[in-house]
Amino acid sequence: MSETIKKFLYLNRKAPYGTIYAWESLEVVLIGAAFDQEVNLLFMDDGVYQLTKGQDPSGIGMKNFSPTYRTLGDYEVKNIFVDRDSLAARGLTQDDLLQIAWEDLDTDESVENIVTVVDAPRVSALMDAADVVFSF
Amino acid sequence: MSILHTVNKSPFERNSLASCLKFATPGAAVLLIEDGVYAGLRGTTAVPLITDALERVKIYVLGPDLKARGFAAERLIPGIGVVDYAQFVALAVQHAKVQAWL
Repeated sequence: MSETIKKFLYLNRKAPYGTIYAWESLEVVLIGAAFDQEVNLLFMDDGVYQLTKGQDPSGIGMKNFSPTYRTLGDYEVKNIFVDRDSLAARGLTQDDLLQIAWEDLDTDESVENIVTVVDAPRVSALMDAADVVFSF
Repeated sequence: MSILHTVNKSPFERNSLASCLKFATPGAAVLLIEDGVYAGLRGTTAVPLITDALERVKIYVLGPDLKARGFAAERLIPGIGVVDYAQFVALAVQHAKVQAWL
């Protein structure tokens, strides 16, 4: 295996459940994390709905995969970003979103919530900085 | 007998709801299902579309689809009704036909 670590940006723009994109993205994110790549997740447009709290799809016969987002910190995913304008357009605030904790087991360094709401210039910078962008 | 329209797309991604509401005639019913339920929430850019339409048509949201996405009925724009699957069937029976806006 190559030792090269690339910056991966997973760009999530689709709501969960209505299509399979959100679930498929999460699968690929977990694969990328398993290969020790630098994983960055960005949620924008309807993708912000993937992180809403309190999802319960038992009534529509689908699996609730939202708890999986909360485990991303355990996969050493530390960079999760949400576009502020997309939240505002949907009447949402950070309070509507899941909290995802992160902890480094070697150094005991920890972050209570790695979900970071960012402005448009930061979104552009994330895209510029990425080696690879996976779009979902 | 009027039409029951169903909209299953997010209003932020497709124009299905806008087209539906443009052509729905007074007395029609619009049922928001799947990703269409996001249009029923308060505080979004789709609110003017919905509040304008509520003066002419009845608007419903399918409860299980709303719950799946993590939102309670309290988050809906006032005037929108919440229905379950049985009531969805009842609405389909009450109207002359069902028109889906995919």
